[in-house]
Amino acid sequence: MGYSFPEEVLEHVLSFIDSDSDRNSVSLVCKSWHDIERWCRRRLFVGNCYAVSPAIAIRRFPELRSVSLKGKPHFADFNLVPHEWGGYAYPWIAAFAEAYPWLEELRLKRMVVSDEALELIAKKFKNFRVLVMYSCEGFSTDGLATIAANCRNLKELDLSESEVDDVSENWLCQFPDSYTSLESLNITSLSSEIRFSGLERLVGRCPNLKTLKLSHSVPLDLLPNLLQKAPQLVELGSGLHTKEVHPDLYSKLAGAFSGCKGLKRLCGLWDVVPSYLPTLYPICFGLTSLNLSDAPIQCPELIKLVSQCQNLQRLWVLDYIEDTGLNALAESCKDLRELRVFPSDPFGQEPNVSLTEQGLVSVSAGCPKLHSVLYFCRRMSNVALSTIARNRPNLTRFRLCIIERFCPDYITLEPLDVGFGAIVEHCKDLKRLSLSGLLTDRVFEYIGSHGKKLEMLSLAFAGDSDLGLHHVLSGCKSLRKLEIRDCPFGDKALLENAAKLETMRSLWMSACQVSYRACKLLGQKMPRLNVEVIAEQGHPDLSPDEYPVEKLYIYRTVSGPRSDMPSFVWTMDKNPALRSS
Amino acid sequence: MDSGLSSLGGGGGGGSGGGSSTNESVTTVSKVEVVEQMSTEASSYPGEAELELGLGLSLGTGGGGGGLVKPKQPSSAWGEYGRILTAKDFPSVLSNASSTTPRFSNSSAGPVSGTKRAADSAVSQEVGSATAASQVVGWPPIRAYRMNSLVNQAKALAAEDDKADSENDKFKDTLKKKPYTGSNKNNSTVKEKGHLGFVKVNMDGLPIGRKVDLDAHACYETLAQTLEDMFFRHNTTMPPIRSDVEKGQSTNPSKLLDGSSEFVLTYEDKDGDWMLVGDVPWGMFLSTVKRLRIMRTSEANGLGM
Repeated sequence: MGYSFPEEVLEHVLSFIDSDSDRNSVSLVCKSWHDIERWCRRRLFVGNCYAVSPAIAIRRFPELRSVSLKGKPHFADFNLVPHEWGGYAYPWIAAFAEAYPWLEELRLKRMVVSDEALELIAKKFKNFRVLVMYSCEGFSTDGLATIAANCRNLKELDLSESEVDDVSENWLCQFPDSYTSLESLNITSLSSEIRFSGLERLVGRCPNLKTLKLSHSVPLDLLPNLLQKAPQLVELGSGLHTKEVHPDLYSKLAGAFSGCKGLKRLCGLWDVVPSYLPTLYPICFGLTSLNLSDAPIQCPELIKLVSQCQNLQRLWVLDYIEDTGLNALAESCKDLRELRVFPSDPFGQEPNVSLTEQGLVSVSAGCPKLHSVLYFCRRMSNVALSTIARNRPNLTRFRLCIIERFCPDYITLEPLDVGFGAIVEHCKDLKRLSLSGLLTDRVFEYIGSHGKKLEMLSLAFAGDSDLGLHHVLSGCKSLRKLEIRDCPFGDKALLENAAKLETMRSLWMSACQVSYRACKLLGQKMPRLNVEVIAEQGHPDLSPDEYPVEKLYIYRTVSGPRSDMPSFVWTMDKNPALRSS
Repeated sequence: MDSGLSSLGGGGGGGSGGGSSTNESVTTVSKVEVVEQMSTEASSYPGEAELELGLGLSLGTGGGGGGLVKPKQPSSAWGEYGRILTAKDFPSVLSNASSTTPRFSNSSAGPVSGTKRAADSAVSQEVGSATAASQVVGWPPIRAYRMNSLVNQAKALAAEDDKADSENDKFKDTLKKKPYTGSNKNNSTVKEKGHLGFVKVNMDGLPIGRKVDLDAHACYETLAQTLEDMFFRHNTTMPPIRSDVEKGQSTNPSKLLDGSSEFVLTYEDKDGDWMLVGDVPWGMFLSTVKRLRIMRTSEANGLGM
């Protein structure tokens, strides 16, 4: 070969390739492609912030504009990960502040972000545009005030589900009057009040505002004004509560909603009163996404609302919708792609609503595009699961939570192995699966043999023996994330499948039977894994080696053990012989 | 099995449907108790024999299946592999805590870790449920913010329930179907209304709000005095306010209440309406106030009629 492909051409071609996995493939072609690719990559996704160090990321990709980072394991959402576990954003942001003065976007999930980190963002990145902090914590409204005051080009500020320390009410006023570039604002998680006049003025002067998700504290009588100032809104999150029906307010609201001709996504509606729901009817036809999971709306009103949303693609709702509501959904919303049904009374002893497996079966039959399901219910049967599987072989995400643990098929009293087996067998593109109910090792046999595209699996109170875990680890070729709690899985399966762990992002096991000895062994044998033992009740050295560890988090990494662990987390030594010297 | 444990919560788990006679008592175990399904292959490990023995002692049903692997019927799954924690595994239950309950399968390690765990200050998570028993951490898997939302809904409903004759019949119908969160049975929810503690107070013209402890007052006069002290007299970090507000005359009756000041004291009730403070009996005020606002008299026209 006497010619070389001009770099500029390749760069131009690569600029059309967004997918990370495709770019990773490109960089494996040859050294020069690797080099060209790394210089022109602009977006980086780090699924586990401890899998790689900031320095390594910066060294490889010198020209990033957008970074996404994830910190804590998913089970942190359910209080299974101790509070001080880690996931600190500051080291990353500090490193980026030096390396990427032109960084524009940061998306953080389950990380601890301090006000100091926010200040760095505000002061060091001159063209900062997007800050998303999903389920983060550690910062206050002071940090937000600094962002507002300094980020002239901020387009998006999203605090979904983050815990924010509300210390100042007027941080929104820190956006200068000259600031007009806001396109997306999500402050749902802020609990205290904000300066409403500041909010109104902000909304009024940002013509490109498309997403506005407010918090509980914004009073209803403010909403019509906001909507009138932003009729171009595409996504709205707001309450709709007032106890007394003011006729004036009602008509103002109805008028304001009618004016929002482009509104496609709606959420919030905490404390909504049924009498105000009709104000939404004019926009129902245009809605593609409706999140009523915070709304205490009962079945009849839900049916009225949902039946008008013929273009609905995504519905999140409480189980007040009941089977009858889901039947109505199946009849009206033929474009439905995603359904999540949450429990209104998860700890009640008796079912408070008439929502059973039948509702899900109806929707699976009536909605041909349904591919993503999250469903809380109190009973299930193998025949229902098999029916769902046959109805919807296009399912990609199936998360079922039967509220009672160890709950068998309510008709036959058998385990639900066969039902879930049908799901993995028929739904060949299934990427994510969460199990519940009474399950033996057999379900894992099915999952291992059929779940070839499965990337994430969540298990709780399931299985009989190590064989279960072995089936999963040896059979699920695409597995990236495995999280397990309270299952009788121990050393054998884990050690036999140790190599598998390097092909996955992470494995979480809590309240299982993996011994401390096995953890140490794994740590020694697998230098490219961090085997972290979490033991809040004292160092595992104080118990015999064969005692099980409380919690175990194993993840692959190129950066070695982390240095920011709290006192109750230990990374198993990779070189125990050196330790004693 | 200790049937006394069913007082911990009642309602079975998976075994409740199973009718197998040998394990009937298992099926009445509360959903709180931890049934641990032990590895039947564990007995093949060196050193696991100790685990097995430890298990066997606490099982009371003859221990594991001795290396057999077969699909389990619900009852036998419980009977052979279950271990029911005893009361010592559950230290005293406290309410309104957000973290852990005792470790479950670690109990397999035997009495030592059981003791360690008992010493742990585990507390239960109570989300307005009728059952006072400790609940499994992180089960059902619901995110914290959603739990808060449910709790808020339950509280709002408890407040609604106490309105003896609700004007809105439609609302009453929806109430009947509201979650059985024990709002009728859970005393702490009822008590909450009377123990508000701190509520926020804002004053027109001032960017920073304050908080006042309503529990520290028994009548409007003392509350108003406190607020006047807070906003008009003692806080030198506040920006200067209009000179026609009285200063430093603590012996005078409250200007906020008698309408002689430029400002009036108002409150937002739980319906979201702003009312003049002082119109209703103090007790009723306490049960309905959400927050306070010192409003300019000019803006307060038409309030609380």
